[in-house]
Amino acid sequence: MTDGNSVVQNIRRQDNKIILDLVGDIDLHRSVDLRASLLETIQDKPATMIINMTKVGFMDSSGLATLVEAMQLSRRYGGVLILFGINTRVKSVFEISRLDKIFQICQTESEALAE
Amino acid sequence: MEKTNRENHVEIRILAHPANLCIVRSAAQKAAEQCGLEQKSVDAITLALEEALANTIRHGYGGPCNKPIIVTLNRLNADDDHQAGLEILIRDFGRQIDPAKIKGRDLDDVRPGGLGVHLIYSSMDEVEYSCPSEGGMQLRLVKYLNSSPPDQTNAKTEKTRE
Repeated sequence: MTDGNSVVQNIRRQDNKIILDLVGDIDLHRSVDLRASLLETIQDKPATMIINMTKVGFMDSSGLATLVEAMQLSRRYGGVLILFGINTRVKSVFEISRLDKIFQICQTESEALAE
Repeated sequence: MEKTNRENHVEIRILAHPANLCIVRSAAQKAAEQCGLEQKSVDAITLALEEALANTIRHGYGGPCNKPIIVTLNRLNADDDHQAGLEILIRDFGRQIDPAKIKGRDLDDVRPGGLGVHLIYSSMDEVEYSCPSEGGMQLRLVKYLNSSPPDQTNAKTEKTRE
């Protein structure tokens, strides 16, 4: 079984910031697609990469691992990775893993853009 | 083993492929809701199940393959000895791993990967790995109706059975 949909629904640019709109569950199956999209985006070394999690209903440790890798790769060239719109269910996964203290997390897109 | 009857017992057999995990998650979510578990517990169960199945595919079978994973969902009814809740059994026929060696990693080491076991222990009330004599592994997960919220500090005590 496969849903065939890409995790990254849309990529937007605003000034020197890039915004990725994610959609759907991010599990072992779909995190492969997310990783490919993030690595491709990071190749351009955006100063700020903002990830819209508003439409992500579920995320497991493979999704967390993908985001940790992207954050670490961004930091290597001085870039910043910001997450916003994380629902309660996904937020608890960050909290249990104590990664809520590591990632820069905003409530809204405007808040993330203002960082 | 707690008492169950046919109405409270669901068995799902999938092939060890990540694309199948969302189907099992949905079934477990429905089963947990039918048991009367609150939303936080339902979310914790689906997360733990996802992590357990992912570990089975990756470590038990060494990657996606056409071998089976059998997931059993048992509704636990309250009696004199047990609380009400949901029991999940995950049976595979892959590599056996010493249950004593299945542990979460240090969370202070921020790096990609290795968080699955920690999430499982943090999410469930009981976690029990065993090595059946017929081969493969079995993982027993239990969430009770009167469960504490997911543990955000330390994973619960690990239970293992040879």
